[in-house]
Amino acid sequence: MLYLIEQCLNGIQLGMLLFLLAAGLTLIFGIMDLVNLAHGSLYMIGAYFAATFAAVTGSFVLGAILALVATLVVGMALEVIAIRRLYGRDHLDHVLGTFGLLLFFNELVRLIWGPAGMTLPLPSEMLTAVQVLPGVYYPAYRLVIIVATLVVALLLYVLVMRTRVGMLIRAGASNREMVGALGVNVKLLYTLVFGLGAALAGFAGLMQAPILTVQIGMGENILILAFVVIIIGGIGSIRGAFVAAIIVGLIDTMGRAFLPDLVRQFVSYSAGSSLGPSLSSMIIYMLMAAVLVFRPEGLFPASSK
Amino acid sequence: MHRFALHRVWDTRGEAEKMTALLTPRNVLLAVLLAFLALLPVYSTLTGNYFLMSLFTRILILAMAAVSLNLIMGFGGMVSFGHAAYLGIGGYAVGILAKEGINSAFVQWPVALLASGLFALGVGALCLRTRGVYFIMITLAFAQMVYYVAIGLDRYGGDDGLTIHKRSQFFDSVNLSNRAFFYYLCFALLLLAVYVVWRLVNSRFGMVIQGARSNERRMRAIGFPVFRYKLVCFVISGVMCGLAGILLANHTDFISPALMFWTRSGDLMVMAVLGGMGTVFGPVIGSIAFLLLEEGLSQFTEFQGIILGPMLLAVALYARGGIDGILMGLRRG
Amino acid sequence: MADALLTIEGLIKRFGGVVASDNVLLDVARGELHAIIGPNGAGKTTLIGQLAGEIVPDAGRIHFGGRDITALPVHDRSLLGLGRTFQITSLFANFTALENVALAVQAHAGHSFRFWQDARKEAELREPARAALDRAGLSHRADTSVAGMSHGEHRQLELAMALATRPQMLLLDEPMAGLGPDESSRMVKTLRGLKRDLTILLIEHDMGAVFALADRITVLVYGRIIASGDPASIRANAEVRQAYLGEQEAVAHV
Repeated sequence: MLYLIEQCLNGIQLGMLLFLLAAGLTLIFGIMDLVNLAHGSLYMIGAYFAATFAAVTGSFVLGAILALVATLVVGMALEVIAIRRLYGRDHLDHVLGTFGLLLFFNELVRLIWGPAGMTLPLPSEMLTAVQVLPGVYYPAYRLVIIVATLVVALLLYVLVMRTRVGMLIRAGASNREMVGALGVNVKLLYTLVFGLGAALAGFAGLMQAPILTVQIGMGENILILAFVVIIIGGIGSIRGAFVAAIIVGLIDTMGRAFLPDLVRQFVSYSAGSSLGPSLSSMIIYMLMAAVLVFRPEGLFPASSK
Repeated sequence: MHRFALHRVWDTRGEAEKMTALLTPRNVLLAVLLAFLALLPVYSTLTGNYFLMSLFTRILILAMAAVSLNLIMGFGGMVSFGHAAYLGIGGYAVGILAKEGINSAFVQWPVALLASGLFALGVGALCLRTRGVYFIMITLAFAQMVYYVAIGLDRYGGDDGLTIHKRSQFFDSVNLSNRAFFYYLCFALLLLAVYVVWRLVNSRFGMVIQGARSNERRMRAIGFPVFRYKLVCFVISGVMCGLAGILLANHTDFISPALMFWTRSGDLMVMAVLGGMGTVFGPVIGSIAFLLLEEGLSQFTEFQGIILGPMLLAVALYARGGIDGILMGLRRG
Repeated sequence: MADALLTIEGLIKRFGGVVASDNVLLDVARGELHAIIGPNGAGKTTLIGQLAGEIVPDAGRIHFGGRDITALPVHDRSLLGLGRTFQITSLFANFTALENVALAVQAHAGHSFRFWQDARKEAELREPARAALDRAGLSHRADTSVAGMSHGEHRQLELAMALATRPQMLLLDEPMAGLGPDESSRMVKTLRGLKRDLTILLIEHDMGAVFALADRITVLVYGRIIASGDPASIRANAEVRQAYLGEQEAVAHV
């Protein structure tokens, strides 16, 4: 039972991470109609920045803040230099171009930080475990991730639904010409939105940095999971991304934790050991397939957001 | 209009006109290339430079994968970002059967092709219900699923992969371990694949596929049940790529999940586009160019991506016709 | 109607709060040229979309040749003999005119799971395609690519493709759209030639063409039929004059 609660929290934490990535992807897709494979690179860069700045300043929090700002700047620069030229072209161009950017960033990081990974040590006060329920202890830092992401999600919601910039974002998604006609600087708006997406990805990366090894290509696996999230949630919908991210996080974590044991109950132990991991990694894709069969536009199609 | 130029060359014209029409920069390059590929093992055997032959065996195999991808992407407009999965499925079918002691190619190959075809059928049936960017992401996601499944297969090496101790067995006289023989087998199968694609895209079936890329709505309005044609095309492409997977496993004597990591699918896509999409030979040229470039850059610098990455962006932005488009541009002057 | 080829019963389609088809009831007799007119936004194209199968109606039935086709997919309707053209030219841009039409012929020449023979050399496809181009007055442009043709020729090709599917009935969505006076009168002549063999449902803004061609006219306003009858009675109908023709005259007089 304790194990179940712990796994639940792990699932939610993975979901939060996926949401940060998926929100940026879906925002960029919904507004600029751009498929961005280099999104995982921004996640990686955020983690590298955090590890570097934390080492330089000697403060985890200061390092994280600097990393966030730096990723935002990188994202906006990337938009101005390269991404901007891809708007309005077909999706194959996006895929090719941003795939090229992904290769570029991988090598750039290797050139700057070297091929070996980095670690980001946590401040000692975050190394403790917190009692979340009577008898259930959970690492403090993982709780911090969950809470921080919830705060970001809330801020994002407020930004998109309640502010003037958010109104422009929503208007931009449905009617580019109108926003342009209102005299709004669409170019600047797009740069800001891309920067916001980059910052969200960078935030995910820097939050994750103390838990994982910071290494080249760390964004590539998680990017595909984020794609699965936005397919399930409905492309362009932030609410869909939030719900789908938690679903995917929970199911993936639970599947890996419990399915192998479950399989062993039905087949022999050795077959179960080899089948279990394979099967559990398939679950979320099966979920995606099911969503596609019954709701091809995702759970929350963007038109109804 | 480069897309349809290749079959136009064979149009009914006067003989003399035909000859000059054949002398395009593209066709000259092709002829030189084919001659080079045909003679390469001779050179390797004489000089003992087996590295070159091994490199080109790999290029021929991946070119076949790119040709199969081009069938659906270049001619059918179906941008599949999961084609490496078929390389993996073909390869793993060979590897798993070999591990279980079944080395006969007459079992291995049909099983591998069947598995690729069935996977394509399933993925195609799901993703062809959607369009555009959904299609790209779904093919990507399902390919990644296969990747993780392979990682989970502890018995077959899991993350580390699996060594294949014995190549596929045909008859006693056919020995895939002979390097030159294997090279020529790959070369012949690649040419066959190109020929099959060429016949396909010009047949009634191919007209439907090309029409669907151009204007699917009109296709339905004139009475085509488009979905089933696209699905069949998707399966043919998957099976062809599965064949490339069989060859790749036999070439490297090793399979691992890395074979089908999603960036590999990206490489295949780059090869297809780089040569010139929608021409039957384009992907072959693109594969040679891309893999040689990768190989060549690795001689000069370990940071190939610094050059390769921006180059891809430039191709996407400025040269979507690929090498073929540049050659056609030369012809127009 | 005794010999109705197309029967529409109580068709309703809503988009949000807008009623695009409001209980549309209509019969088109075999051999008739039936025109539908109405101001912009009257729901004419939505109606064609529902007849062709691209838009699913919220309620109502469509019968064609005695068969309920309400639930049939687009391609099956074409195979039954219900052809259509598009208001905005919809062609295969990288094909020649002949290849465009040959593809339409191919759609009705059995299944296309034929993988080996060069389709461009099949007389079985080319001959009927040439004939259809000829009927639409385009045979001299057979080998021109779509990109190299004028807008007027695109409209003719649009028609030729629909004809190549050998339809019993044609749904024509503004075939004159964007044509100059000469091209328009040529199109009217072409359509008059087709009238003898085909049943036609024509949507058109060019009133000269409509009154020159139509056997019957139905007037659609805000998705509702306000009048239906022969050209003379429509011309005389006060409600129509006010709702539609009058509006045009008023515009013309300003």
